[in-house]
Amino acid sequence: MDMLNIALPKGRLGEKAYAMLKNSGYPCPALEDPGRRLIFENPEKNVRYFWVKPSDVAIYVERGAADLGIVGKDILLEYAPDVYELLDLNMGKCRMAVAGKKDFREPVGKTLKVATKFPNIAQRYYSGKCRDIDIIHLNGSIELAPILGLSHVIVDIVETGVTLRENDLMVYEEIVPISARLIANVAAYQFKEQSINRICGSLREQMEGKS
Amino acid sequence: MTEQIWKNEERAVFALRSLYRRYGYAPYKMSRFEEYELYVRNKDFLVSDQIITFSGSGGRLMALKPDVTLSIVKNAPETPGVVQKAYYNENVYRDYREIMQAGLECVGDLGEYEIAEVVLLAAESLALLGEPYVLNLSHMGLVGAMLRSSGLSGKQQRQAMACLRRKNRHELEGLCGGNPLAVSKLSTLLTCRGGMEALKRVEAVLTTEGERQAMAELRALWAILEGRENAIRLDFSVGSDLGYYSGVVFRGYLAGVPESVLSGGQYDALARKMGKRCRAIGFAIYLDLLQELHQQENMLDVDTLILHDGSVDTCALIAAAQEAAKKGSVLVARETPRERRWKHLVDLRNGEGR
Repeated sequence: MDMLNIALPKGRLGEKAYAMLKNSGYPCPALEDPGRRLIFENPEKNVRYFWVKPSDVAIYVERGAADLGIVGKDILLEYAPDVYELLDLNMGKCRMAVAGKKDFREPVGKTLKVATKFPNIAQRYYSGKCRDIDIIHLNGSIELAPILGLSHVIVDIVETGVTLRENDLMVYEEIVPISARLIANVAAYQFKEQSINRICGSLREQMEGKS
Repeated sequence: MTEQIWKNEERAVFALRSLYRRYGYAPYKMSRFEEYELYVRNKDFLVSDQIITFSGSGGRLMALKPDVTLSIVKNAPETPGVVQKAYYNENVYRDYREIMQAGLECVGDLGEYEIAEVVLLAAESLALLGEPYVLNLSHMGLVGAMLRSSGLSGKQQRQAMACLRRKNRHELEGLCGGNPLAVSKLSTLLTCRGGMEALKRVEAVLTTEGERQAMAELRALWAILEGRENAIRLDFSVGSDLGYYSGVVFRGYLAGVPESVLSGGQYDALARKMGKRCRAIGFAIYLDLLQELHQQENMLDVDTLILHDGSVDTCALIAAAQEAAKKGSVLVARETPRERRWKHLVDLRNGEGR
């Protein structure tokens, strides 16, 4: 049987996902030891895990370095990778939203300045509304942009809303709900279908058991 | 020896050419460029809309060909009973890259035989490129009819199509909402994969005459393909643009290559759009992807390395090189070459012979 390669996003989401995969019959004791290694293998179960930056998971899977991966829907919407999206894991739930200062009023007759880490999602959302926008692509601390007058609004992920509240910002529109998804490389699925379906079925059962 | 120095893609070109010739396909050679208008009118048919353009004579806008199919369909015969069979091996230009592509097209007054022949040749092509392979097969006539009869709006149908392509059941079911007919039909399409059993499951949820007609076509084709279930599978995630593809569509995969290496289908609707009264089916193989296939790498670059310092008589050097070339490959150099590995070293520096 071929080795199954699974890309996990570094952080809490990846750890939760690994716990579910372990319960599905794919444990990897080496991964549970703390350390700085990035790749872990369990030859008995024919599985190899690796930790990658959350926004890179889709690239590893699309390019075939990983057969399966756990990734946020935000990344799938932003980069539109050619992968199978097999399962909504109902974890890491949050929403993609438009937020601005509490006293924000949309500038009429002007181009709307939008700061975001997700230019494609923002572009698509506003083209759907035929709204002329100027995208300001930032890599972090997006909340600063409207406070300093760099942008009118931000398009970003909102989980609890605490960061927004503490910076006197609020959500104006919700674009799409986000959660973690199980994705598969399209070609790998053709040749490792049985193992992938077994994992999928077990993850689904675990989720149904919880709900 | 000759076989060993061929790259995967070069070996593939020879094997495919021989296969297509055996079935009566004639070679098709097209020029490097066509008028841009041909592509812009059928932009959605192309894999990428990044077309490289330039001004031709008389100010006409020309394009480096991003595709071969459109050119073949443009010249397709329209006489009843006449079928044109062509194969090609061409470089196409997309996203500022040159891509080596091979494929075949069968255009004209097609019947059931021609459709089956092309699907079988797609499977044979994959088998020649490497085993194991998988050819996924769907039918756009059937998928289109099921989407139309599901009670979804036009926009929802397009979204449902995207869910089918991604095998995204959770969003598909959300999209169908409280519409049990849509859920039953489209979830069945999404989850059915395999052979006759899958076909029967889809058959059980059909409700309209259009769906049954398309299913009859698929069934007839499946009967011909029977016995190849290990490699050829029904899989309705093989989706293509409904505006161009009307019948069977397929995608091929090779173990070790992370994306599909073969893609094709029946595109009667494209021919109609181009004003042609004919039917058409074909496929393309993306040869550049074969570089991904594991090849028995020769760890050595050269069999014999002859090092000299310029003082050796040229005639003697030529004789030594010719002698070595009889047994294998040889490289004559004055300095030890970097990043090259060799089996035997003949060191003629300082008048020595080792």
